[in-house]
Amino acid sequence: METLPTVWFIVIAFFWTGYLFLEGFDLGVGMMMRGFARNNTERRVLLNTIGPVWDGNEVWLITAGAATFAAFPQWYAALFSGLYLPLVLVLLALIFRAVGIEYRGKVDSDRWRSGWDWAIALGSLVAAFGVGAMLGLTTTGLPLDANGDRVGGAFAWFNGYAVLGGLAVVGFCLVHAAAFLALKTDGDVRLRAKALVLRWLPVGLLPMAAWAAALVLRNGKTVTVVTLLVAAVGAVAAWLLAKAGRDGLSFAGLGIFLVAGTVTIFTAVFPTVLPSTLDEAFSLTVESASSSDYTLGVMSVVALFGIPAVLVYQGYTYWVFRKRVSSSAIPAAHAVVAQ
Amino acid sequence: MEALEIARWQFGITTVYHFLMVPLTIGLGLLVAIMHTAWYRTGKDQYLRMTKFWGKLFLINFIMGVATGLVQEFQFGMAWSEYSRFVGDVFGAPLAMEALLAFFVESIFLGLWIFGWGRLPKAVHLLSIWCASLATIASAYFILAANSWMQHPVGVEMIDGRPVMVDVWAVLTNNTLLVAFPHTIFGALSVAGGFLLGVSWYHLWKRRRDGIDTVGADGRVVVGSDPARGRDAADHKVWLRSLRIGAVVAVVSFAGVSLTGDLQAKLMFDQQPMKMAAAEAACHDGTGFSILSVGDLGSNDCSDMVAVAELPGMLSFLANGDFDTDIRGINTLLPEYQERFGTHLPDNPIYGERAGTEIDYVPVMEVTYWGFRIMITFGMLAAAAAVVALWVVRKGTVPESKWLMRLAVFGILAPFGANSAGWIFTEMGRQPFVVAPNPDPDGIDNVFMFTAAAVSPGVSLAELIFSLSAFTLVYGALLVVEVKLLATYCRGGVPSAMPELLHGSTAEGAEKDDDGGPDGGTGGRGKDSGADDVLSFAY
Repeated sequence: METLPTVWFIVIAFFWTGYLFLEGFDLGVGMMMRGFARNNTERRVLLNTIGPVWDGNEVWLITAGAATFAAFPQWYAALFSGLYLPLVLVLLALIFRAVGIEYRGKVDSDRWRSGWDWAIALGSLVAAFGVGAMLGLTTTGLPLDANGDRVGGAFAWFNGYAVLGGLAVVGFCLVHAAAFLALKTDGDVRLRAKALVLRWLPVGLLPMAAWAAALVLRNGKTVTVVTLLVAAVGAVAAWLLAKAGRDGLSFAGLGIFLVAGTVTIFTAVFPTVLPSTLDEAFSLTVESASSSDYTLGVMSVVALFGIPAVLVYQGYTYWVFRKRVSSSAIPAAHAVVAQ
Repeated sequence: MEALEIARWQFGITTVYHFLMVPLTIGLGLLVAIMHTAWYRTGKDQYLRMTKFWGKLFLINFIMGVATGLVQEFQFGMAWSEYSRFVGDVFGAPLAMEALLAFFVESIFLGLWIFGWGRLPKAVHLLSIWCASLATIASAYFILAANSWMQHPVGVEMIDGRPVMVDVWAVLTNNTLLVAFPHTIFGALSVAGGFLLGVSWYHLWKRRRDGIDTVGADGRVVVGSDPARGRDAADHKVWLRSLRIGAVVAVVSFAGVSLTGDLQAKLMFDQQPMKMAAAEAACHDGTGFSILSVGDLGSNDCSDMVAVAELPGMLSFLANGDFDTDIRGINTLLPEYQERFGTHLPDNPIYGERAGTEIDYVPVMEVTYWGFRIMITFGMLAAAAAVVALWVVRKGTVPESKWLMRLAVFGILAPFGANSAGWIFTEMGRQPFVVAPNPDPDGIDNVFMFTAAAVSPGVSLAELIFSLSAFTLVYGALLVVEVKLLATYCRGGVPSAMPELLHGSTAEGAEKDDDGGPDGGTGGRGKDSGADDVLSFAY
């Protein structure tokens, strides 16, 4: 077993886990802009809980993608070209969502706000589903030929695992967001968010648990049984702690569920990074897909410096904006008029 | 139409579009950081207003750059999988460095800055805009490292038919990069300079038109005040100062762009002689710089190309620093390229149906020839206009002429045009290669890739047509939204970023030593409810 490619597999799994943990709640909050939030003030409360942090969270996705390009070009090329159409939709969804969050409050008009609310909600939903489908498929396989190219047409990637992965991330995001709102808001929004966690946590986490369990069964590694159990414990703890009104610990419980879940998933598939459903010989593995040791070494130095720095200053942001956001503290909107 | 062409159009459209936002982000970010510093150091009201107003416009633009940047990161793998496989070992590294070392900093510190008014210690708040701004510049460095490698591959060895990185330092200090980087940053500053100039001109003009400012017998401005709408004396200072800063930045950055562009051209004559020959539509060897060449550029046919007007010796000067070196034209270069890289694409499956077709080594000349000239012309016009503007406002305001105002406002577009034209020129001029071969001594000769080999073999024409249409439509619609929003906020003046100016208290210097205070929040409309455990923001 080669060391550096394995290290980089772990690093990329780490980026994906960080992405799901952080952007998980802001995607979920985005989805809740319609349906959950009842009026403009509540929508602004929702947006302001993620306002200072969502953009930094999204960089985890970019970094996961770029790190895959640098460390495993074959994986990056096969996965991204194989999932061409779904990724186009993910990109458009992320564009609408990002622009929506920033532009929504810039014009004082109900029509304008309502349009962007839908853009944020649907954008968040499509992005979460698409990223989930992509992760689901990279763990279960695509119809790849010997060169790593998808065969069978534009929709050849579509199967039950794509849907399961998509539902897994959407479900997790919603539960995670509800727990986040219970932790970060006050008043009615907080109460309803807490009720949502208690009611929907078992349903929302089920697809991710099913996905992880399916991989444990397919690949049969003992250690993954243990991590899967840890994930289950995290989920149960999150529910019990929410019930007990311990918002922060409940949110942390979801974190344990996610980390143990992704550890289960990535450990189960290791060392395969992208199986071919046509012929096992065409599957991409940590070794066959990786860059040279020199490149991985350089990137390791960069990561060794970069990752701790990111954790420190991103952590600082969360600390600065640690207070709850309340409906009563949302100032009135104002219109921009020409001078 | 085949997939390759659609994929190229898509890359071109999404990238040129992305680069409309990027230079304004880089340039304006730096200027806002400087304005914030001025406020931090002097406490003067006008600097706070400048920071907030230009900061607001910066943010409206920034988000579009972020959103469209995602596409850049993903589309190599999506549409150019063969390219990604070929260059991944060396090309992915600078992209990953950009994400990890620059983009994180940019996004996170900008979040701190936007929401940090009145919440962060003043020095930390100032530091956050500097971190964000410098990170945008670092971002540019890493992305240009990747792009420069495509123009001039270094730091690699060919192993099993693929370039494998052996020297990251060579990649990060590529001589192509070392000139492209300052060229790009100066280009970005010229965009921001023109932006400040145009918008400020409009407001100075509007103040005169509305009868707030008048001009005395000596031609000097007599500053008036309309405090009800936030248009007091400090408001005049905001626009005059912004205009002067914008004009100076435009002039200085033009000098920078010219110097670095000259260095870049000299390198390019060595590294990609065909690109420079095509920039000149220079068929025959010679020393003259074409002012106007006649002939059917579109036909890419050298037989009917005639240079009507030339500056003798100028081309030689651009390339070599003297006036009498013959610069090789297309007719000389073409056989050299054909001999070295073949006349037809090899019979290799990576070329798909294009295998065996003839290779056209001459870039599309109407693009390279005019791209090069539009870049230079727009750049010069913007700088000349900035010099004129500095002189015109020497007595404190702008003339009443509506046409001059319109010229200043539309002049904002010139540096954007120069930036786009420059990029289109250099990227189109690299064709038919996606990774250009380097004949110069320190280049690595056998590292190159034809664009025809780079596209994703598994992605169908229909998928590409769908994505090209979707991106073009969405990008087009969002451009309209962004420009309208920018225009609205520009017209709103400082109160669009500081609405509290509209509600009475506009006593100058009221906020001098007040860290945002009751006017905290992005738009300054946040109000701390007093409760310690509650945050309020202005989204």
